[in-house]
Amino acid sequence: MTTPSETAAVQAPEALPVVHPDRLPLLLVPALALLALPFVGSFSTWVTLTFAGLAMGMIIFIIASGLTLVFGLMDVLNFGHGVFITLGAFMATSVLGLMTAWTVSGSLLLNLVAVLAAMLVAMTVAGGVGVAYERLIIRPVYGQPLKQILITMGGMIVGEELIKVIWGPQARPLLLPTAFQGSILMGDAAVEKYRIIAVILGLLVFAAMTWVLSRTKAGLLIRAGVQDREMVESLGYRIRRLFIGVFIVGSALAGLGGVMWGLYQQSVIPQLGSQVNVLLFIVIIIGGMGSVTGCFIGALLVGLLGNYTGFLAPKVALFSNILLMVIVLLWRPEGLFSLGKK
Amino acid sequence: MSEPLLKLEGVHTHIGAYHILHGVDLQVAQGELTVLLGRNGAGKTTTLRTIMGLWQASQGTIHFEGTDIAAKPTPEIAQSGIAYVPENMGIFSDLTVAENFILAARGSRRIEDMDAERLEWVFGLFPAMKRFWQHPAGLLSGGQKQMLAVARAIVEPRKLLLIDEPSKGLAPAIIQNMIVAFRELKRTDTTILLVEQNFNFARQLGDQVAVMDGGRVVHAGTMADLAGDEALQQSLLGLSLAAHQ
Repeated sequence: MTTPSETAAVQAPEALPVVHPDRLPLLLVPALALLALPFVGSFSTWVTLTFAGLAMGMIIFIIASGLTLVFGLMDVLNFGHGVFITLGAFMATSVLGLMTAWTVSGSLLLNLVAVLAAMLVAMTVAGGVGVAYERLIIRPVYGQPLKQILITMGGMIVGEELIKVIWGPQARPLLLPTAFQGSILMGDAAVEKYRIIAVILGLLVFAAMTWVLSRTKAGLLIRAGVQDREMVESLGYRIRRLFIGVFIVGSALAGLGGVMWGLYQQSVIPQLGSQVNVLLFIVIIIGGMGSVTGCFIGALLVGLLGNYTGFLAPKVALFSNILLMVIVLLWRPEGLFSLGKK
Repeated sequence: MSEPLLKLEGVHTHIGAYHILHGVDLQVAQGELTVLLGRNGAGKTTTLRTIMGLWQASQGTIHFEGTDIAAKPTPEIAQSGIAYVPENMGIFSDLTVAENFILAARGSRRIEDMDAERLEWVFGLFPAMKRFWQHPAGLLSGGQKQMLAVARAIVEPRKLLLIDEPSKGLAPAIIQNMIVAFRELKRTDTTILLVEQNFNFARQLGDQVAVMDGGRVVHAGTMADLAGDEALQQSLLGLSLAAHQ
């Protein structure tokens, strides 16, 4: 190989423009929490509400993270995502129902094994159904947004009815294992153990996703594909395969989120997915379609705001998330983190 | 005469209701730099995108190394050894320069896996890439982004480079240095199909030239012949090199 130093190299200006990292959206979560403190009044109540909001936000993040990547990669708006949540939650009722002896025992280890088994089964089944869902429902309507909306909504309805056929139309209990019940006192504030677990699990999922997206080649491809999928294909990568992989992982995470949501509410209904669906879309729009970090912040904001307004002004809570979305979009029309999509 | 590396015969391309290419015939010889010239809307970019499979040819054949690739998907075409630098450069602006390189190096999972000697050669051509290695590509200037786009295409050896208007919007000094880089690429016998509107830039690099108009190739020959014939330039491109300089 010839050495280009023999020829004049292509010169370029030395300095790059200084652009500070966009950290402002990261401050929104602590800002909202601090803003709520004087309105709530009691510090212990505020701590309880904040943990409840963070736990709910983390669960929403786990569910919505796959949805935002699916949209980012292929512009697919999947209104049927909720069916994987419901499926995961109902699978958990079956698995934990079979392991009742383990869940009611006082052993933390047995409780953990039972919950982990329920989560694993829920994720596997949701991921498996995700494969069929992508093949039968999503693939025929790539690049056709209107048909996508109609067919995925149809998929949601059919999925919900199938769940009623299998598990029945009535609510099913999904009780917390004994070791996960009760609260921990933090000063005067009582914080439910399960909410702490949900926060930790949510942080672990976020850390794992961040690691995969920033440190692995598959993650690089996902980030690149969200920006410019045509160029990723021009570099020799099959983005459809990548999308299928992301869709399966997203479905599995929705299944995991369903288990966590069910345990949070301690009961499961077939309409769970369709009820949560609206929240999911609010979260991914707030975060910026395709941004995992934006989705994380959006989910925490929605979780916290829902709990604060639910306590302070229950009627406002009904539309607080829509209000939040409107405010964020007036500030940043493409969401908290715009991805410069081509 | 040996078989050309790339051969298009009677290629038609439709985009929606629009019929853009009307039977393109084009040959790119191994180890040469072929320039595709033409006015705006002549079909140059569509020809490159059709070769890459980004738009499917509705009729005709595209043979690369003797194999018809007209119906193949884009990733397979890229894997067969064709690199593409689009007009918009296709830079992943949220990724660093290094991450852009890793994606282009299909055989490498990490920077350490990349061919160090090849990487140094690329850095020799485009020193800014080494300097801004860990910077987000979105922060680079227009000229630096163009360098990144070309550097990314050659980070691993490719049999054919398709490059769409690399001089577009660049300052004269950067264009001149880009010419130096392309000459270095030519010295390594890299086969290049270059779309250009800047005739002065094209003249300094091209071995062969094809001129497009109305979705067809209306002239093909050596660059030397076209550069030396002002009347032909006037009739094909509506300009003369003398007026352009």
